[in-house]
Amino acid sequence: MTLNIEDLQQIARIEKSKKDGFQHRINVCLAAGCLSCGSGLIKEALEKEVTRRGLDSWCKITGVGCLGLCAEGPLLSLPTSGSYYQGVQVSDVPEILDSLNGSPVARLVCPAETPFFQRQVRIVTENCGRIDPERIEEYIAEDGYAGLYQALTQMTPQEIIDQVSGSGLRGRGGAGYPTGLKWMSMAKAMGSTKFIICNGDEGDPGAFMDRSVLESDPHRVIEGMVIAGYATGANQGFIYVRAEYPLAVKRLRLALSQAERMGMIGNNIFNTSFHFNLQVRLGAGAFVCGEETALIASIEGRMGRPRPRPPFPVEFGLWDHPTMINNVETLANIAPIIRRGSQWFAGIGTEKSKGTKVFALAGKVVNTGLIEIPMGTSLRDIVFAIGGGIPQGGRFKAVQTGGPSGGCIPEQFLDMPVDYDSLAQVGSIMGSGGMIVMDASSCMVDVARFFMEFCMSESCGKCVPCRVGTRQIYDILGKITASRATMAEFTMLEDLCDLIKNTSLCGLGQSAPNPVLTTLKYFRDEYLAHIHDRQCLAGACKKAEEVL
Amino acid sequence: MKQHPPKKVRSDLNPSRLLTFKIDDRDVTAHEDETILSVARQNNIIIPTLCHLDGLSERGACRLCIVEVRGSTKLLPACVTFPRQDMEIITNSKRVINYRKKILELLFTERNHVCSVCVANGHCELQNLAVELGVDHVRYPYLYPRHDVDASHSRFCIDHNRCVLCLRCVRVCDEIEGAHTWDIMGRGMTSKVITDLNQPWGTSETCTGCGKCVQVCPTGALTEKGKSVAEMSKRRQFLPYLQMMRGRQGGSWQK
Amino acid sequence: MAKISLATIWLDGCSGCHMSFLDMDERFLDLAGQVDILFSPLVDNKVFPDHVDVTLVEGAVSNDSDKKNIAIIRQQSTIVVAFGDCAITANVPGMRNRYPVEAVLQRAYIENAAPPQQRSNGQPSKEGISFHTVPQLARMARPIHECIPVDFFLPGCPPPPRAILYLLTEILAGRTPQMHGWTRFGA
Ligand SMILES: Cc1cc2nc3c(=O)[nH]c(=O)nc-3n(C[C@H](O)[C@H](O)[C@H](O)COP(=O)(O)O)c2cc1C
Ligand code: SF4
Ligand code: FES
Repeated sequence: MTLNIEDLQQIARIEKSKKDGFQHRINVCLAAGCLSCGSGLIKEALEKEVTRRGLDSWCKITGVGCLGLCAEGPLLSLPTSGSYYQGVQVSDVPEILDSLNGSPVARLVCPAETPFFQRQVRIVTENCGRIDPERIEEYIAEDGYAGLYQALTQMTPQEIIDQVSGSGLRGRGGAGYPTGLKWMSMAKAMGSTKFIICNGDEGDPGAFMDRSVLESDPHRVIEGMVIAGYATGANQGFIYVRAEYPLAVKRLRLALSQAERMGMIGNNIFNTSFHFNLQVRLGAGAFVCGEETALIASIEGRMGRPRPRPPFPVEFGLWDHPTMINNVETLANIAPIIRRGSQWFAGIGTEKSKGTKVFALAGKVVNTGLIEIPMGTSLRDIVFAIGGGIPQGGRFKAVQTGGPSGGCIPEQFLDMPVDYDSLAQVGSIMGSGGMIVMDASSCMVDVARFFMEFCMSESCGKCVPCRVGTRQIYDILGKITASRATMAEFTMLEDLCDLIKNTSLCGLGQSAPNPVLTTLKYFRDEYLAHIHDRQCLAGACKKAEEVL
Repeated sequence: MKQHPPKKVRSDLNPSRLLTFKIDDRDVTAHEDETILSVARQNNIIIPTLCHLDGLSERGACRLCIVEVRGSTKLLPACVTFPRQDMEIITNSKRVINYRKKILELLFTERNHVCSVCVANGHCELQNLAVELGVDHVRYPYLYPRHDVDASHSRFCIDHNRCVLCLRCVRVCDEIEGAHTWDIMGRGMTSKVITDLNQPWGTSETCTGCGKCVQVCPTGALTEKGKSVAEMSKRRQFLPYLQMMRGRQGGSWQK
Repeated sequence: MAKISLATIWLDGCSGCHMSFLDMDERFLDLAGQVDILFSPLVDNKVFPDHVDVTLVEGAVSNDSDKKNIAIIRQQSTIVVAFGDCAITANVPGMRNRYPVEAVLQRAYIENAAPPQQRSNGQPSKEGISFHTVPQLARMARPIHECIPVDFFLPGCPPPPRAILYLLTEILAGRTPQMHGWTRFGA
C-alpha cells in the first residue's frame, strides 16, 4: 500500500474527529516507569469502569507514553481539562470518573502550572504522553510522516542536508558532532550499499531519554531514519536497542510493521523511487556497544569491541560499507526540522547549541523524571526551578552530567548555560543526558568511585590503559574513601587519569577519568581530608576500621 | 578509499600514491597505505610494539606504539595510523616514552609475570620491552589475580597468568591456520582467551595442533610442553612467508 | 676516596642475590677496600647499625618482622637499593599471593610434610598452624617499594655480579647508576 498526501490527511482527519467525538479523554502513562508501578492495572480498571457505567462513547481511555514526572507515577493526564493526576491507585478510579464533569480530585492533582511543566519546550517529546505509541494513526494525526512526505516528494537530498545543517542540530549521543556535517560525509561516501544505524544502546547509568522516546513515540525515530536514508543515499537501516528495553523493542517492532503496512518503509515509499528497509537489532546491554565501532561489531555478530578510528564508519562501517550512526534523540529531531524548517529550529537554543535537549533528572532533587528544555537553560533553572530544588531543605553540592564519561559541576557554575561548549569548558560533557543532582550528603570521592567502578566493569578489555588503568584507579579511590590512602597514591591517581585519557583506544577509556578529574578539580579538599585527616567531609564514607 | 588527484590519472597504473613525511626529523617516503610503524621500521627507527606482529591483522590495542604528531596533542598508535603528506611524527618524545613505560607497568601488574621461573625467560617480548623502555620496577601495585593453567593438550600448554591479551593467538589461528579455535571471552580485566567454547584445549575438536599460536605468543603464556625455565624460544619466520604465499586478504579491521 | 658503609639484608628471598654478590670473586677484594660492610648475613653483627650509607635489600616484604625491618632500614640508610627481583616484584615469594595464607601454610608445612600416602589433599588439619615463635605471615608478599621509598632498583633473579659491581661503583663515585642494559627481570 502506498499513500499520498491526501491519504495521510484523511487518516489524520478521521483520527482527530474520533478524538473530538469524546467529551472526555484520560491518558494513562504506559511507559516503563509508570508501568512498573501499576499503570497498566489502572488503565484496565478505568476501561472496565467506563464500560460498566456505559460511558464508552463519552470518555476515552488511551495508553500513552512518558509524561515526564516519572517519580510520581502512575501518572494520568486529562487533555480535555488540562490537569494531571499523580500517584494514582486502582481504588481512585471511580472517584476520577465521578469528577470528570466537576472539579478534579484535589488529592491526586499534580500541579501543572509549575515550572516543571511550564519551562519545558517539547520537540522530541512533543507527542510523549499525548498519543498512543501503539497506533500509527495517532502519530499521523499529529503531523506524523508529513515531514517524510515533504522530504521525499518536494526536496532533493541536498536540500534536506542543507536544512539539517542550517538547523545547527548536533548529535545527541554525547559528542555533539554536527549532524548536518555527518550527513554530508555520508552522502559523499561511495558505494551502492550504505547503512544508517540508530544508536539506542543508552548504556549510561540513570539515563532513560532514548528509552522514553522509543516507548512513547517510536514512529518519530523511524521517520527520522527514513529521511536520513533518503538524504544520504542509504537503503537499509538498523535500530540498535538494548535488550533490557523490552517495551521499547516491542513498540518499535509494532511501529515498524505498521509503517511497513502503510508503506512508509519498504519499496517505493510515497510512490517515489526511494526504498528503505528497517530492522531492529538487540544489544546485550554493554555500555561499550554504544561506541560506534563496537556497535557495528555487535550488529555484525562479533564481540562488541571498538576498533581504532580512522577509518570512520562513514567510510568503513557495517560489513565494511559506509555507515552512519545517529542517536535516537538526534533522529527524533529530524522530522520537526523538515516540517517546520531549519530557521525555526535554529531559533531555539544558544549560538552553538541549537534546539532542545532531553535530560533524565535524578538524584537529590524534588522533581525527578524526564525533562526537555532549550539548550542554554542555566543549571540553576534546571535544578531549582524545574527540578524544584533540593528536598528537605538540603544544600546543593554538585550536578553530574554525562554519566560515566562526564563530570561533576560545582555550585559556582550554577548559572552556566547548559550547552555543549560550556559543559566541555568545565570538564564535563553533555553526554546522552543523564543529570544527577547531589546534595551535601554525597561524598564526591565516593561518587567518582561509583563511576569508575562502572567504567572498570564496562571496559571491553581491548586496550591496556583502560583495562588495567581503570582497575588501578578504582583501587586507589577505594583506599581513599576508606581513609587508607597515602599522598603517593593520590599523585598516582592523577597520573593514571592522565594516562588513560591520553592513550586509550576508544571514547570509553578516554573519558573514563572525567568524573575523577572534575572532582579532583572542584572538590580536592574532600580527597585531601580523607587522606590527611582520615575523615569524610560529607560523612558518607566509612573508615577502614569501621568497614572491617 | 583512495583519494583521487584532481587530474585524471590512470588508477590502474597508480594503485597507491606516494608521499613524503618526517619521522623524528628524518625525511621518509611511503605508500599512502603503509602504516607509520612499517615506514619507521624500514628506516630503522624503533617503535616498541606488542600486539602488532608482521603478518597478522592490526589490533591497535596495546597502545605501546603511540607516537606524537607535531602540532597536535593527540597521540596516535603507529601500527594502525597512515601517514599524511608532510606530517611530522615524533616517536621518542619524553611524553610518549613516559606513557609507554606506564602502560607496560600496568601490563606487569595485571597478571602474574614471574620471569625467573618462566619457560620463556630470555625469549619474552614483555621482558625485552621492560629492558627497552628502561622499566626496572613497577610503580603500580601488583594485582596478583588468580588464573588457571590449562595443560590438557598433549603438546602445548597455556598459562593464563602470563597472558597479555594481545590476541595474536586468536588472530593467527583465525587468519593463518583458518581454524579459529582461539577466541576471547569476558570483558575488561576478566577477559580470557579460550579454546572452542571455553572447553579444555585438549578436548578441542577444531584445534589442528599446528602450534602457530604458541610460536606467535609474545610471552610464556603459550608454550610447548617439556620445556624448562628459559628454554621456550619462539619461531615466527613462517608468518610473513605464509602471508605472502597466500596473498594478503582484506578485512584487516576485523578484530 | 672515603669508604662508604654498606649493609645487606635478606627478607623473603632465597639468598641467591647474596650468592651473586659473592660471585664477584676477586673483584670483591677491590670493593672491600672501598666499603665497610657493617651489617649483612655474611658478617656477624646482629643489630642493624644506626647509620649506613647504602643498604642492599634482597627479598620481598612478607611478614611482621620484614615490615618492621624495612622501616628501620629506610630510616637508618641513606640509599636503599632493591636488590633482585624478589625485592622489586615479589617474584617467587609473591606466587603465594594468589592463595590465602592458611592454604599456603597448610600445603607447605602439613601436606608436604607428610609422606605422600598420608597426605590429606587439601583437607585442613585440626590443629592449624601457630605463630608463637615465628613472625606472622602477611596476607601478601609485597615488593619493598610498596612499603618504603627506594632509591635504586637492581632487577635480576639474581642480578649478575657485574651489574652489582657496576651499581656499587657508580654509587661510590657519587654518580647515579644507569641500570639500563645491565640486567633485567628474571635475568
Ligand atoms: C563508550 C561509549 C558509549 C556510547 N554510548 C552511546 C549510547 O548509549 N547512545 C548513543 O546514542 N551514543 C553513544 N555513544 C556515542 C556514539 O559512539 C556516537 O557518537 C553517537 O551515537 C553518534 O550519534 P550522534 O551523532 O547522533 O550523537 C557512545 C560513545 C562511547 C565512546
Ligand atoms: S578504551 Fe576501554 S572500552 Fe575502549 S577499547 Fe580500550 S579497553 Fe575497550
Ligand atoms: S603495537 Fe600498536 S597498539 Fe599494539
